[in-house]
Amino acid sequence: MNNPAPGASAPPPAPAARRTIDIVNASLKRRYAREARFRFMGAAAVFLGLLFVGVLFGDIVAKGYTAFAQTYIQVPVYFDSATLDPDGSRDPQVLANADYLGLVKASLRTLFPQVTGRAQQRALYALISAGAPQQLQTMVRQYPSVLGTTRDVWLIAGADVDMLVKGQIDRELPEADRRIKDSTLTLVDQLKTEGRIEQRFNTGFFTNGTSREPELAGIAGALAGTFYTLALTLLLSFPIGVGAALYLQEFAPKNRWTDLIEVNINNLAAVPSIVFGLLGLAVFINVFGVPRSTPLVGALVLALMTLPTIIIASRAALQSVPPSIREAALGVGASPLQTQFHHVLPLALPGIMTGAIIGMARALGESAPLLMIGMIAFIVDIPQGITDSATVLPVQIYLWADSPERGFVERTSAAILVLLGFMVVMNLAAVLLRRRFERRW
Amino acid sequence: MNALASEIVRDTSAVSAADLAKGGHFSGTIGDITTPDPRMVCREVNVWYGDKHAIKDVSLDIGNHQVVAMIGPSGCGKSTFLRCLNRMNDTIDGCRVRGSITLDGREIYDKGLDPVPLRAQVGMVFQKPNPFPKSIFENVAYGARIHGLTNSKAELDALVETSLRKAGLWNEVKDRLDQPGTGLSGGQQQRLCIARTIAVSPEVILMDEPCSALDPIATAIIEELIDELREHYSIAIVTHSMQQAARVSQRTAYFHLGDLVEVGETTQVFTNPRHKLTEDYITGRFG
Ligand SMILES: Nc1ncnc2c1ncn2[C@@H]1O[C@H](COP(=O)(O)OP(=O)(O)O)[C@@H](O)[C@H]1O
Ligand SMILES: [Mg+2]
Repeated sequence: MNNPAPGASAPPPAPAARRTIDIVNASLKRRYAREARFRFMGAAAVFLGLLFVGVLFGDIVAKGYTAFAQTYIQVPVYFDSATLDPDGSRDPQVLANADYLGLVKASLRTLFPQVTGRAQQRALYALISAGAPQQLQTMVRQYPSVLGTTRDVWLIAGADVDMLVKGQIDRELPEADRRIKDSTLTLVDQLKTEGRIEQRFNTGFFTNGTSREPELAGIAGALAGTFYTLALTLLLSFPIGVGAALYLQEFAPKNRWTDLIEVNINNLAAVPSIVFGLLGLAVFINVFGVPRSTPLVGALVLALMTLPTIIIASRAALQSVPPSIREAALGVGASPLQTQFHHVLPLALPGIMTGAIIGMARALGESAPLLMIGMIAFIVDIPQGITDSATVLPVQIYLWADSPERGFVERTSAAILVLLGFMVVMNLAAVLLRRRFERRW
Repeated sequence: MNALASEIVRDTSAVSAADLAKGGHFSGTIGDITTPDPRMVCREVNVWYGDKHAIKDVSLDIGNHQVVAMIGPSGCGKSTFLRCLNRMNDTIDGCRVRGSITLDGREIYDKGLDPVPLRAQVGMVFQKPNPFPKSIFENVAYGARIHGLTNSKAELDALVETSLRKAGLWNEVKDRLDQPGTGLSGGQQQRLCIARTIAVSPEVILMDEPCSALDPIATAIIEELIDELREHYSIAIVTHSMQQAARVSQRTAYFHLGDLVEVGETTQVFTNPRHKLTEDYITGRFG
């Protein structure tokens, strides 16, 4: 600071008016300290946020990853021609209607001849899923040559066995508090030592519709419903939203009416989504008679919900296109519409698409408005079109989360993982689009 | 008329710019607003932005094969006036234009006149080079494409080449026509914009401070170009550089706070300004 010149005896005191640099230097330490504090707080906030996300994801993954595996039990099955196909006609109709449940039960009894008594046998049959007869039926219809032979078949295990094998039923608990009784435990242990229990990748989770039995329940129905609903939502809301934004931003006169519309669009973006569900119920279903529970009505409601988001994002994107581009186009005699479609819209498109993807991601995660329009129904069939009854992934998660069975807990988490996966992919796409089409003017 | 004009000169010479700014002792344009062979004729043009009266009773001719320079301090309405000539002000909300502007005798503010073809006839080059974020070729071809000026790819290629040649850019870009126009240097971009403008064969070219964002060398090239373009087009150019006005123009119009103060032969205006305000401005006393 005010260093005396070396060698000067009795340096004169610094003049009253300090130099600017001294004042600046004096305050520097405080300024840096403040900056360091601010940076620390920022980093702490980010860390805390990441921690919460990490805990959330960790919990879901820990609960859900087991659902991607499924326990199978190997059972020797004698496909008795006499009972399955008494006339030997190999008529598909006859083969389809044969008693496969009986076949499963008979096979199990052969495997465990020591099990007798009705109660004991019922426990024995519960080892295998209620979906096993279906499995055998498919097998016989596909390969009628198995008739009259004995085959080792891997049958889907029942939910309780599945849980036990995945370690989610504690065998140390007293028998009364356990879902699996001691007798079943010995059966499972015997199967294990014989190498008749195996875990495989759970393809059924992705190819089955929902079911009352957790081991048979899959998300295919919900995925198809989500696909139809979202595709239609995008188809409806993107052109309408972009068109509205284009008109409001570029063509509409600026007056009280357009101000009013603008305020209302901003308000709509903040309306709780369930209100859109009520609207859909009152207007689309009750007035227009759109079939309830269908992707069609779901898409109509979600399109209404995402419209404000898309309009607002599109307007912002249009606004960020420099006016010089419009002037350039108008200056060579392009009509206003040509100016928009040849120059402004292409430049605004990344921003518009980002907005649309964010809107769609929100629609993807939405369940509340869909509950109002009946997409909560228990629908086993995989929807084949926009007018079939369907449900969507978030609602499926909601339904499963409501089920008491332990098997549905892991499936709930697994479905959440799938949903989050889609969300991440969509948001990633938004980021990439923005990067890819970074402003080029 | 002449006697009256000198009266006014004597009258206003005592009035300072500040006085004029306060309340206006302005009492009519000095000099000859007409030319023998006018392309565009503007009479008593008034422009308002909302309540702001930006152009007041301006009358001026744009001569055939002539460069008219418009000079004046910042905010005096040069750009506003220029933008009236191709109805570019239509795009600004709250902008009102009154008065008469004709192009070859046709009123351009007629209700029935479509501004879209008008802007093909009266082209414009802007202050900041604003090429489209497309290829150099597309930039020049765009106008021809939308107006359907060419019938074949070969014709279009030829048009692009001649336009770029006229703009003095052909040799620099002929090997990279497919590259983005935004990748050129500032001066090249501005010449590209000029090429884009002349590709639609306008009759009048408006230039709003076309060199203000350019370095001296690029500026010199464009000034030379303007002189060559005069052969085929009528040009109105706004500039804040008096040297530029003196170099490129035949007539000069001096604007002040929305008024057209003085018009005349460029040499006369710069060597022998008749209005005190003009003199103050060109001698650098304010601006
Ligand atoms: N879009 C606009 N809205 C409102 N006022 C404007 C607008 N454009 C210009 N003006 C005003 O009109 C006056 C003239 O502006 P302009 O023609 O741009 O001046 P110059 O080009 O001579 O610098 C200025 O006072 C400016 O503030
Ligand atoms: Mg200007």
